[in-house]
Amino acid sequence: MNEEKIIKLQQFAKRVRNHIVPMASDGGCFLGASLSAVDLLTYLYVDHLNLHKGNLKDENRDYLFLSKGHDVPALYGIFAELGWIEADRLKNHLSTEDHIYWHPNRNIPGVEFHSGSLGQLPSVSIGVAMDIIIRGGENRVYCVMGDGELNEGSCWEALLVANAYKLDNLTFIIDRNNFQANMATEDLIPLESLVEKFESFGMMTQRIDGHDFNALEKAFSNIKGQTGAQVIICDTVRGKGLPSIEARADRWFCNFSQPEIQELLVELNEGFGANLVAETLVVR
Amino acid sequence: MTYEKLLEKTALEDDRFIVMTAENRALVRNLPASLGNRFIDTGITEQTMLGAAAGLALRGRKPVVHALSAFLTMRAFEFTRTSVGIANLPVKLSSFIPGVLSDGNGPTHQAIEDISIMRGIPGMEVFAPADEEDLIEMLPQIWATESPSYVRINTRPALLKHKPYVFGKAEQIFEGKDCTILTYGFMLEESIKAHQLLSDLGFQVGLVNIRNLKPFDGDLISKLASQTSCFITIEDHFLTGGLFSILAEYLVKNQILIPTHSIAFEDRWFKPGRLAEVLVHEGLDAKSLVEKIQNFIQK
Repeated sequence: MNEEKIIKLQQFAKRVRNHIVPMASDGGCFLGASLSAVDLLTYLYVDHLNLHKGNLKDENRDYLFLSKGHDVPALYGIFAELGWIEADRLKNHLSTEDHIYWHPNRNIPGVEFHSGSLGQLPSVSIGVAMDIIIRGGENRVYCVMGDGELNEGSCWEALLVANAYKLDNLTFIIDRNNFQANMATEDLIPLESLVEKFESFGMMTQRIDGHDFNALEKAFSNIKGQTGAQVIICDTVRGKGLPSIEARADRWFCNFSQPEIQELLVELNEGFGANLVAETLVVR
Repeated sequence: MTYEKLLEKTALEDDRFIVMTAENRALVRNLPASLGNRFIDTGITEQTMLGAAAGLALRGRKPVVHALSAFLTMRAFEFTRTSVGIANLPVKLSSFIPGVLSDGNGPTHQAIEDISIMRGIPGMEVFAPADEEDLIEMLPQIWATESPSYVRINTRPALLKHKPYVFGKAEQIFEGKDCTILTYGFMLEESIKAHQLLSDLGFQVGLVNIRNLKPFDGDLISKLASQTSCFITIEDHFLTGGLFSILAEYLVKNQILIPTHSIAFEDRWFKPGRLAEVLVHEGLDAKSLVEKIQNFIQK
């Protein structure tokens, strides 16, 4: 990937983060998980998926299912930047007048399916991938899962079936930000060694830096021509872009005051540390 | 016509249909050969089967999914409620060995809360054909809708010639002023026998094959309420949430006052064994039903 393209993707991702941060106020949102997934989702929507404003309902489009759900602010921000929804609409976050809330729903153009209950969309993705294969389609299916989500047994059940049916058009993407709701994954239900686990389920597995656009491009070019489903583990940082909340167990769901949001935006855009003395943290 | 033949014919005529099973092939054993890649066995994975069915339906398919009733309704419940139900996708659940038909399996396999659970999902249609003839009569209309549906499968031979099925309508088999039995699924069999015994004793007993638990044929209930002395619901289901509850909800909502009695499982599992013995043990055989119904009438 050339330097110019990387800069364009980085600038896009920064604009997305600027959409996300204000949603962490006046009711709040799952800020940490949203920020960890921004770069990998930016790469997919901007540079990889066969998906654009004109083909969102086309049966030959690529499908991206956001199984972890609570990082949907990243989708809202990306869709606003892509012009699929009006950026102004994001001000309706949590208003009952709109459909912009803590988990994805299909009233938002570009959202393929609702989620929020963890471990649901791996199997839904399998159904879509099966149908594409039955019809002889060329399109691909991507399912983004959280690392905490991997606690759910239904994820592993789905992997067994994906392997059995050799769904070569299906890629599971793990946003490995190392945290689940309230604590580090390895302090509660250890997940490692993840590569070995997925490989033992028959998945062609890659592990990359999920904030590195070069690595993302390389990994997603490697999935073509495989004989079965694949996994890409993206090592990420929860809260990426806001050093004052990065990689902290207590920054899952965030509900900051307006002055704090302004400080966080300064930190995001100008690199000064935010002063969060009066922060209003909610751990759910 | 058998269930399997009807499903095969339906799927061959309409390629929207996909036959799925969580390795419960009793009803669909011969279909892999005729349906090819439109037959999908996900193994013993009821959850993944329902999720994948939702995905297939998202792409325009109508999956007909098969598993034992207890696991289809309960193991996969959240996938049915959340992935199928919220999106209101046309996934058709075929539920094998519901109610007492799990005979010797024991409480792990007793689906006697299935009606209660499935009707709680917004948009889900719920049916209980009385026998194989009734099943074959009803299924084409059940599968024709664009809603998710749950069907208690019953392939036992019919004891009578059924009337044509009108979607959402119950089948009134007999009229009777002394009482009217409302029942569904397998329990129609014993109810028909009980009806005969009661008739021999001089009672005028009505009998309704409910057919649909949701949508519920309230019009018939309203009509019968003025023609019969009491309602008696008979079901191989917990008292909670099944036909008795549905009837009670309808009567209260419509301010209809009529004595109403129930024969159902009251907050306990039934004793497993051979079906005929289970019925006697649980007081669900025709002879036991007659005794209970006589008591209700004389109250």
